[in-house]
Amino acid sequence: MPDADSGQKWDRELVPKRGLLSVSVSEIWRYRDLVRQLASRDLSAQYKQTVLGPAWFVIQPLMATVVFSFLFGRVAKLGTEGVPHFLFYMGGLVPWAFFADLVNKTSLTFTKNAQLFGKVYFPRLVAPLAQVLTSSALFAVQFAVFLAGFGFYLWKSKSDPSIHLDPSWRIALLPLLLLQMTMLGAGIGLIVSSLSTRYRDLSMSVSFGLQLWMYASSVVFPLSKIQEPRYRELMALNPMVPVIEGFRFAFLGTGTVTQAQLATSFGISAIVLLLGLMMFNRTEQTVMDTV
Amino acid sequence: MALAIKVEGVSKRYRLGEFGRRKFFSDLRRKLTGAADTEEFWALRDVSFDVREGDVLGVLGRNGAGKSTLLKILSAITAPTTGRIRVKGRMASLLEVGTGFHMELTGRDNIFLNGTILGMSRGEVAAKLDEIIAFSGVEKFLDTPVKRYSSGMRVRLAFAVAAHLEPEILVADEVLAVGDAAFQQRCLGQLDRVSKSGRTVLFVSHNSAAVASLCKRGVVLDGGRLVFDGTQTEALDYYGCLNPVAVQQNGVEGVRAGSGEVQITGVELRAPGGKPLGTARSGQDIELWLRFRRNVAGRWPGLCVRVHVETEFGTPVFVQFNDLSHARVIDGPGELPASGAFVCSIPALPLAPALYHIETEIRTARRQGETLDRLTPAMKLIVEKGDFFGTGELPNARLGAALVNGQWRMESDLA
Repeated sequence: MPDADSGQKWDRELVPKRGLLSVSVSEIWRYRDLVRQLASRDLSAQYKQTVLGPAWFVIQPLMATVVFSFLFGRVAKLGTEGVPHFLFYMGGLVPWAFFADLVNKTSLTFTKNAQLFGKVYFPRLVAPLAQVLTSSALFAVQFAVFLAGFGFYLWKSKSDPSIHLDPSWRIALLPLLLLQMTMLGAGIGLIVSSLSTRYRDLSMSVSFGLQLWMYASSVVFPLSKIQEPRYRELMALNPMVPVIEGFRFAFLGTGTVTQAQLATSFGISAIVLLLGLMMFNRTEQTVMDTV
Repeated sequence: MALAIKVEGVSKRYRLGEFGRRKFFSDLRRKLTGAADTEEFWALRDVSFDVREGDVLGVLGRNGAGKSTLLKILSAITAPTTGRIRVKGRMASLLEVGTGFHMELTGRDNIFLNGTILGMSRGEVAAKLDEIIAFSGVEKFLDTPVKRYSSGMRVRLAFAVAAHLEPEILVADEVLAVGDAAFQQRCLGQLDRVSKSGRTVLFVSHNSAAVASLCKRGVVLDGGRLVFDGTQTEALDYYGCLNPVAVQQNGVEGVRAGSGEVQITGVELRAPGGKPLGTARSGQDIELWLRFRRNVAGRWPGLCVRVHVETEFGTPVFVQFNDLSHARVIDGPGELPASGAFVCSIPALPLAPALYHIETEIRTARRQGETLDRLTPAMKLIVEKGDFFGTGELPNARLGAALVNGQWRMESDLA
């Protein structure tokens, strides 16, 4: 008897193991409204029933900047390469906050959404994508505060020759730096979320690890503070170092970063993202059995 | 007709036990030594079936038969361990209503959120927004966070969204039918509407009545295997046989009385045609087989057999004597074989779903006869939901054990 379905076209195939990188872009595109909806859910639900509301987005980095200025600027005197303390620390904290938020939240993709994933199908990558949007919104607000401070000091520097600010075409680097942070942050988040579905140990260490990482990432001190060029090269292998230094370089004209370092860290970030996608892809198919 | 879903050799393995330190080390050892995992469980084994476009298929099975697992695999929530499933057309699955509702968000926000989670675009939700709101009946509270809704309002809003999905294939779980009877009816009504509009529906259930009223085809899962694939009625019959025989039917346990010249050795529930059943359904044609053994030689020309059905609380519901209908169970001279069965067939069983006790008696004659054997109770009869009225409806069993298919009409004022 001839096969009844010979020649039939199928829209979807459910098999034990998909290809490691078989990400259906068109399917995710069909769910683009869900990405938006999830992001707006997270944003608006976060500060429901608070009086200050989204002002909390701003308060956190501002407070951290004040504390850092005092602790590392005044007490420890780590130096800011002649840049006003506010701009220096803010310039490190704002990109770092974006990165840390992205890693933190994406690493919870499976555990936080277990309820949802257990009851309905949509391409699971929709959740981390929505997180990229949410973290970007956070960044946008904090970046605006940074820009305001930047404008203020720029205006002040006209009358006060002790302030050196050197903005230039280098600001065009910003989208590239953002892209790199997104790739790296999402990649690490995807890896952690995939690894921690069975054994939760890794997710326990994420916030702790991020804190350590921040101190290793020239957020609280300039890379130039490290005298030995060998160690400086070594530190720049941390892919967040060229990003933070690059961010300061773009706006403040200080910072030590070479094209080679930027290219290397970009490459590392891309590899991390690719690895994250592969692990996520493999995990998402059966994750609901173990979460 | 073209296929909508093709399920081929699907199996699913789950791992048992908790994931902790011990599991980690035993996993590690297994990886190193290549030993097989002993703590595993196959929820589905080699399941294959096809669903044609426009089919309304019921998947029946007891608890633990693998229904939920099959549903999860079909919905792409988890992948099969082996085999594959191919799907043609836009599929939506409803495993619960209100998935992804966020308590802090308003009713309106949640309509959009839930709608997009179920696979609609914002535009599609917006186009149906008015209908959804009207259907939900919570207009006044649309801009209030759903955490302040009563649970009933939440379910109504959630169901309103789900009801406006328009997939080509709908996969639905019976747990949809939560809430009060009116709401269940609404859910089933909606499923019925979807299926009548020519779309493919796959409905997973252990509720026979729902399957009976909705589905045209049925498959039965048992112990993770597909054990039956056929029409809805056949599948329901098959499913009926699967049910655990909770009460002994052959080894009679009741209190016995009578001379014992002829004894009842067991009472069996069967489908017409003689296939044994575990439970009966309201409205099902059934037969009661009263097995007997003749202990002495003799003749009983006026032999009368009685079957008495009572509720489990002892309220009599109905009685059957063979000679009520002047039927004779025995030929002229009244000779009985050494053993055999008296069969009482009951068309369209008029009993509401409940547990019943059946008393049986064999007498020499209906009046002024003497008891040859009486068993109280001879059998417990489990009646499950069934389609007695041909509409899928059933009254609440508390309102009465007997089902009567009354006909209704209206007469204008005759005065």
